[in-house]
Amino acid sequence: MTKTFKRPDGRKPDELRPISAKVGVIPNADGSAMFSFGNTVAIAAVYGPKEHHPRNQRNSAKGTLRCNYNMLSFSVTDRIRPGPSRRSTEISKITEWALEPVVMIDNYPNRVIDVHIHILQADASTRCAGINAAIMALAHAGIPMKDLVSSVSIGKLDKQLVTDLTKKEEDWEEGEGATDIPITMTHEGKITHIQLDGKIGTKQLNEAVELAGKATKKIYEVQKKALKEVGGKE
Amino acid sequence: MIETSNLTGERIRQYLSDGKRFDGRKLDEFRDISIETGVSKNAEGSAKVKIGKTEVIVGVKMGVGEPYPDSPDKGNMMVTAELLPLSSPRFENGPPKFPAIELGRVIDRGIRESKFIDLDKLCIKKGEKVWTVFIDIYSLNDDGNLLDAAGIGAIAALKTAKMPKYDEKGEKVLYGEWTERKIPVSKETPVAVSIHKIGNNLIVDPTREEEDVSETRVTIGSSEGVISSMQKSGLKELSIEEFKNILDLVEKVERDLIKKIEHQIK
Repeated sequence: MTKTFKRPDGRKPDELRPISAKVGVIPNADGSAMFSFGNTVAIAAVYGPKEHHPRNQRNSAKGTLRCNYNMLSFSVTDRIRPGPSRRSTEISKITEWALEPVVMIDNYPNRVIDVHIHILQADASTRCAGINAAIMALAHAGIPMKDLVSSVSIGKLDKQLVTDLTKKEEDWEEGEGATDIPITMTHEGKITHIQLDGKIGTKQLNEAVELAGKATKKIYEVQKKALKEVGGKE
Repeated sequence: MIETSNLTGERIRQYLSDGKRFDGRKLDEFRDISIETGVSKNAEGSAKVKIGKTEVIVGVKMGVGEPYPDSPDKGNMMVTAELLPLSSPRFENGPPKFPAIELGRVIDRGIRESKFIDLDKLCIKKGEKVWTVFIDIYSLNDDGNLLDAAGIGAIAALKTAKMPKYDEKGEKVLYGEWTERKIPVSKETPVAVSIHKIGNNLIVDPTREEEDVSETRVTIGSSEGVISSMQKSGLKELSIEEFKNILDLVEKVERDLIKKIEHQIK
């Protein structure tokens, strides 16, 4: 660890950006929420459980959680073409995997719950913000669940572990460069999602997971508070 | 389950013939409009517009590309619209369907034909390099009249948009860095107003239910009393008399609408 290490925005290594959460942002939806880490803003809306079309995708053993992650074309400095991409398709699936372990989807055989996630403004950690908004929207929609999940990106900049990466940090080039580890955990501390890009030793990876545990506890409190303020949707 | 029933339609028509609407508005009255600009900081310009419960977000990005052969010294503009499934149980994922395509095209013509953007000033090198203005519209909540909301959003986003920096030697845009220069737009504020015919009545700013029972819609883009674009949609015919009434109604509501927009865009 270098003593002179400084994050570009002056945060402490384990400090999150200011986070905010709000429930009930889309009146038409059965449940909805906004979640932001600093300049990264995600909104999510839930429709369902409802009849599952097309029919051949129905699952008679349990319901289907169908997530759709998308970045608005102008959410990043270099415009992205509207519509799905390989990246957004993968993140949509990752999001389903991150959420489903806590959602009691068995209650809804043959039915589908749609979760639509859109990134309004991006400054890295967008999938984490999306997952955080999505689980709140599901809770708001009254979908029974065993626990909430909370998601955060842990980074390694050169040799230093940090919590909640910004775009500037993601593009870190000095020393060993940047390693990006988005992690989603239940409040109980179980991992429902982890990805990694970069390079890191096992010892430090274990530390990263511990760091994620601490950060997700803080995020959980913000999510819980926002949900309590609103309660379930009528 | 999500269509407006015939019975509701019947009631809407009955109310309108008495000069009333479900939400207590007059026939020529808009719902509350709120405009927030600068809502997405990586965009050159952006705006969120709410009309009642209807909400859209619009962002403006700039790119550099080749000019069209018939306008070698003019910039380009492009409008896209997506009706997000997030915004209504009626919208589905997949390639854009007609309503989204029409929305984008009507807004495109409203802006293009009013000459709101000064495309002459967006030429970098004649015949080779010009700016393209991308205007992207997304619905966030559909409770009717997305079209007028999108039009207001596009204007608000453009009016507050800044030009990105451009590296002339490297011939590329320095995304994420902005100049102090605004995108060149005219002072006049063009607006698109949609008039709907329900039974024998004409209304502005329909709610979702009202839009469902609308028989025909005429959207008129104008600025300072000069009409520059128009689109009639829907199957029902209009008499000359009705058409005149539509023009009168647009004139009546337009000034107030422009005032509201200009007041809220700083």
